[in-house]
Amino acid sequence: MTPTRKKRLILISLVVMGVGVATAIFLTAFKDNMMFFKSPTEVSQNDFPENRSFRLGGMVKEGSLQRIDNSLKIRFSVTDYGADVQVEYEGILPDLFREGQGVVTIGQMREDNVFAAEEVLAKHDENYMPPEVSNILQTEAQQ
Amino acid sequence: MLPEIGQFLLVLALLLATALTVLPMLGYARNNETLMQTARPLSHVLFITTMASFVILVVLFVQQDFSVRYVAENSSLELPLRYRITAAWGAHEGSILMWVTVQALWIAAVAKFSRSLSLDQIARVLSVLGFIALGFVAFVLFASNPFETIFPVPLDGRDLNPLLQDFGMIMHPPLLYFGYVGLSVAFALSVAALIGGEINEQWIRWSRRWTNIAWAFLTMGIILGSWWAYYELGWGGWWFWDPVENASFLPWLAGTALIHVQAVSERKNAFRGWTVLLAIIAFSLCILGTFLVRSGSITSVHSFAADPFRGIFILVLLAIYSGGALTLYTFRANQLKSRDTINLNSRETLMLANSLIFITATFTVLLGTLFPMIFEAVGKKISVGAPYFGLMFFVLMIPMAVLLPLGSQLKWHRDDVMLAIKQLVPYLLITTVLAVIVWFLFKPLNMRAIAGIYGGLWVFTATVGQWFKHPARGSAGVIGMSVAHIGVAVFLFSMSMTEHKDTEKDILMQPGSTHQVAGYDFTFTGVDRVQQENYQAQQGHVEVRREGRLITTLNPQKRFYPKQQMPMTEAAIYAGWTKDIYVSLGEAVNKEGGWAVRIYIKPLIRWMWFGGILMLSGAIIALFSTRIKRQEDKQRDRVMEQQLKLS
Repeated sequence: MTPTRKKRLILISLVVMGVGVATAIFLTAFKDNMMFFKSPTEVSQNDFPENRSFRLGGMVKEGSLQRIDNSLKIRFSVTDYGADVQVEYEGILPDLFREGQGVVTIGQMREDNVFAAEEVLAKHDENYMPPEVSNILQTEAQQ
Repeated sequence: MLPEIGQFLLVLALLLATALTVLPMLGYARNNETLMQTARPLSHVLFITTMASFVILVVLFVQQDFSVRYVAENSSLELPLRYRITAAWGAHEGSILMWVTVQALWIAAVAKFSRSLSLDQIARVLSVLGFIALGFVAFVLFASNPFETIFPVPLDGRDLNPLLQDFGMIMHPPLLYFGYVGLSVAFALSVAALIGGEINEQWIRWSRRWTNIAWAFLTMGIILGSWWAYYELGWGGWWFWDPVENASFLPWLAGTALIHVQAVSERKNAFRGWTVLLAIIAFSLCILGTFLVRSGSITSVHSFAADPFRGIFILVLLAIYSGGALTLYTFRANQLKSRDTINLNSRETLMLANSLIFITATFTVLLGTLFPMIFEAVGKKISVGAPYFGLMFFVLMIPMAVLLPLGSQLKWHRDDVMLAIKQLVPYLLITTVLAVIVWFLFKPLNMRAIAGIYGGLWVFTATVGQWFKHPARGSAGVIGMSVAHIGVAVFLFSMSMTEHKDTEKDILMQPGSTHQVAGYDFTFTGVDRVQQENYQAQQGHVEVRREGRLITTLNPQKRFYPKQQMPMTEAAIYAGWTKDIYVSLGEAVNKEGGWAVRIYIKPLIRWMWFGGILMLSGAIIALFSTRIKRQEDKQRDRVMEQQLKLS
């Protein structure tokens, strides 16, 4: 093999290795961070990934919001008017979080069937509803 | 009357853009000089027309003309004058009108500063730019008309979204548009070159300037967006990998690849096809970004009024521009073949590596952004979490940081890689010493923080060392490159510190109580009411002490905008050289006046943005390169001579 060829071969194998490693990392990163979106109805039918985070979306049920005394712990129910899921969250709620409004929460389902939220998202705009939530409500209305 | 004039001007702009698209290109096809000469005057008139319609929109806001729907929806009698002016581009319709205006401004600038191009070249470039303007003027007229009137005329407007009543948000969209639209010049050059089947050094050198300016604007726009999200959203994060943020980041990544490849292709006959393709990709990503932001097809924390028709319209534009350009590329790219061979042991190879890294980064971000849409098509709802982007980006930035000093160490054309690596060894030693010092000062640090800090120090020491040793260290090109690369170093270092050494706490604070966070004592003294022009606020008072000494009193606000029935968190930030202390109010928790308070300590966060400013400064400094100036003057003389001969 000529020195140029050898150099080229080394270069090509380096590139192939790089691409391989990158793809492997890409796939693992993707698998670990892909998050499913579930509605309360789906969750009540046990259709959710266990022991990993997913997004639960719906409306904050009227009259369900309660604060645990002298702490930042909050409990509320997320509903799609077909089923409810109890959610527990500790921290500061977003500005537009309100009963009867759309919400998306990220967290895991606990053994006691309470959804432990690590993050609660409400939207900037008063009139805005997350597309996923409005979809759920439409399907529920049709049924 | 005024809305009708605005509307009329837009129709006029549509006709002008059509003329600008058709006439010069027809002239080029028939080799008719008169037709080609219409390109420049048409460009100027197009700019005057769109600018006038934009000014009319601003005047409508100043006069509070609520008969115009867009004004009624985004202004109100109580809105202060400064925000009435900026509301003109605060929401969708006006911001697209601003896009068109900026596009026309760039076209006019291209028409003016293009003396080094021959007539047929500039005719083609302006024609392609006119075609882009045509699409966006049509988009304004048919899908987002800001001059639409309503009847009956409301007595008062709905007010501007409170989040947009802020300096950062006022500057953010125009800067991004300057960047987006600026990249259309490189795109137009590519398409014009493909149509003509030829491209040369002068032409790339000419477009390189525009790319640098566009990239600088884009960088500034992204920095401001990040800064705004940090202090205005009240969450204290500076980047969320949200689709809307990615929309501005994607063209930036592709643009970064482009400016590095252009540095090669303006020097020698190499990477021609790649330069052309990257320019097409970069601008296509700008349009794709606009689609992501405006169509609402992706769930985003930033919300914009979603309208499927608008989404489809932009998608059609994307199909026409990118589809057209890529089709042209497949048929014509072989005519732009590069003749010079590239030596493996040269800076050129490293520049190619740079563009490959940045394009890979572009596609990983693009995949993560688009995947939810693809999944939605098969009926599954997913989202891709920020950790995916964070990890992928981290992995890709390792080779970038490792190879950057090697790239600037190697000479153009041909060099000895082994020798270059040997020359880098002293910098590596200095870096290691510095990294160990940082480790002892700030331990514990996790793997990612160490890698980021090491990378930042490595790029910094090598860049500074190379600059001192550089024979042409006074030239604008070298200074520009070094400044931009120091920006990369500053960003890497401070970003790692901000991300991994920050403290975040949500605390229930009773009036008079003191909490310790990261060595600081925070005393909450209570909340009082504040009344402003168009909002009321509850203002908290938090005294920050270190070892008993008062550092500052922070007054975060919980605002309420009655017009929009919208609450908003206004964080209070103590901006320091080494860290920011960030306090924002959650909500009243109990009857004794206790509040939920969020406290952040963010080390070096400002340095991160400063790193970005260094990067864009580098791009601007490089514009003053005398080498390029000399070559351009020569080329201009050549073009002039040719014209004289012809006449």
